[in-house]
Amino acid sequence: MADNQYILEVQDMKKHFNIGGKKLKAVDGITFGVRKGETLGIVGESGCGKSTAGKTIIGLYDITGGDVLFHGKSIKNMNTKDRRAYSRNMQMVFQDPYASLNPRMTVGDVIAEGIDIHGLAKNRAERTNRVQELLDAVGLNAEHAGRFPHEFSGGQRQRIGIARALAIQPEFIVADEPISALDVSVQAQVINLFQKLQKERGLTYLFIAHDLAMVKHISDRIGVMYLGKMMELTTSAKLYAKPLHPYTRSLLSAIPIPDPEVERTRERIILQGEVPSPMNPPSGCPFRTRCPHAMDVCAKTMPPMKEIEEGHFAACHLY
Amino acid sequence: MATTNEKNRILEVDDLHVSFKTYAGEVQAVRGVTFHLDKGEVLAIVGESGCGKSVTAQTIMRLVPTPPSFIKKGSIVFNEKEDIVKLSERQMQRVRGSEMGMIFQDPMTSLNPTMTVGKQISESLIKHQGMSKSQAMSRSLEMLRLVGISNPEGRLKQYPHELSGGMRQRVMIAIALACSPKLLIADEPTTALDVTIQAQIIELMQELKEKTESSIIMITHDLGVVAEMADRVIVMYAGKIVEEGTLDEIFYESRHPYTWGLLRSVPRLDAENKSDLVPIPGTPPDLFAPPKGCAFADRCPYAMKVCLDNDPEKFVVKGEHRAACWLCHPDAPKVERPVETGGAV
Repeated sequence: MADNQYILEVQDMKKHFNIGGKKLKAVDGITFGVRKGETLGIVGESGCGKSTAGKTIIGLYDITGGDVLFHGKSIKNMNTKDRRAYSRNMQMVFQDPYASLNPRMTVGDVIAEGIDIHGLAKNRAERTNRVQELLDAVGLNAEHAGRFPHEFSGGQRQRIGIARALAIQPEFIVADEPISALDVSVQAQVINLFQKLQKERGLTYLFIAHDLAMVKHISDRIGVMYLGKMMELTTSAKLYAKPLHPYTRSLLSAIPIPDPEVERTRERIILQGEVPSPMNPPSGCPFRTRCPHAMDVCAKTMPPMKEIEEGHFAACHLY
Repeated sequence: MATTNEKNRILEVDDLHVSFKTYAGEVQAVRGVTFHLDKGEVLAIVGESGCGKSVTAQTIMRLVPTPPSFIKKGSIVFNEKEDIVKLSERQMQRVRGSEMGMIFQDPMTSLNPTMTVGKQISESLIKHQGMSKSQAMSRSLEMLRLVGISNPEGRLKQYPHELSGGMRQRVMIAIALACSPKLLIADEPTTALDVTIQAQIIELMQELKEKTESSIIMITHDLGVVAEMADRVIVMYAGKIVEEGTLDEIFYESRHPYTWGLLRSVPRLDAENKSDLVPIPGTPPDLFAPPKGCAFADRCPYAMKVCLDNDPEKFVVKGEHRAACWLCHPDAPKVERPVETGGAV
């Protein structure tokens, strides 16, 4: 599915960790592309490898196998200069706004760190201006620059995290569960901010979260992961209207909808059991142990990702 | 208050005030909460962090440590006889775990890591029901079966760290229900779980509710879970109840702008068009010095002059549907409920 319009191509990417002599296959061969200006959502339950995927793409982890191409250029074996250029265009917003801001730095310094590293401001005045612009863009006051992170609420801290990611004007932002630590009314504020910034600056997002309703709301396309593998990938409308993979179907049906009338009539697929340990995944398709449609072949081979309909990929022996 | 089915009243909380003494001053976490719970009912308390929902629930169990907390005012009548507020710690120990059970949010930290699962379930049976060790163990086995744990004989001898999150939550439910309590308080019981496990736990709680006829107070911020489980809903904000009513009244006929705000700020999985989310601007007030008027006034798009100076009383909308908002006053300007709230997609 290599396509020229993709600015980011992830090709059979693998990230394995060595734990006590055993291999933990956190991400085990996932392939997808992200087009300029779009939001690709990645959903899955804890331990499915979605955060590891994000961190491997951005270079926080070394890639074990496969490749990641950004504008057609591999991120493997980059020299210092290439790596610096890459990190200028690719930034991350982290999950926990309490842990991801240095408590001993002022907000202004937190935001300007990237500007300093990449030498993007000629003098102090320009640096201050940039910080103030960024604070303004994320809905904070310019005078907040002199304060410390502990003086802010969770939602405000996440805005600071976003301002930091934007500071060096990247093209691409990886957002790893950026709203899951926030209260519902504040989640909506931050999501609207993400969308506003995308419109204004033409940003491309990889949006990683477990809240499928929120991911569906913000994403153009969604990839569903389970135990290190990509199970299904399609537009967010299609994923909801016509989910192909049994895992996607059960995931959708497990999410309660805030509408009592809908809830009274909805049919549920309740999965039995739990996600197997990634240290000891099932043979073949990792979902087969909980899959209501599991067949003999599922235990033997992992089904390849196939394009079932135009732009709708699924990895399942049913198709 | 309705007096028709007084017989079945499990819990009656009246004008409850709970504060915390800190170096910075007094935090008024709960500021005058009144509600009741009937037999077999599931009551959901919703609200954002810091609204006082957990403090209210933990005060019913008297689990908030004193000091720093203290009950300033109010009563909690349980079972139509005892006022929980007046009980000594010793008397409370008789009630806790036997007539009231609690499921906590985090199954990772709320089980004792040094005790086997079986021992933890037996503990309350031995203490409250005077069972022998072996009786208690066989009852524990029954409980594990009831909450759907596979290989219950083996699990009985395991320690919490050997179980997954979903399993631990099932164990916690088994502990809470071991003595067949009349009241079960579930404080964000599914928040720490993955959605497919959440669906299993909700299904389990619904099943057990039918079987045990316990009344449930369910604390959550997830309106989807509320829509699935609750009979009645209380919406809390800044330590007060701002609206209460049946499930349908809250979702389809709500009157309080904060309830509207909550309902509009979550995206719906089944929404066909992507309308913008409508966040509630601003942040909740400081409970060291709560505002004189309505606590929601400075975030409320409909705030009037009266809202800033006077805290609204609870207006009866219909039957037991009440809202604490000046918009419900007969002289207030008519404000239409935003169309996309709740029901409509």
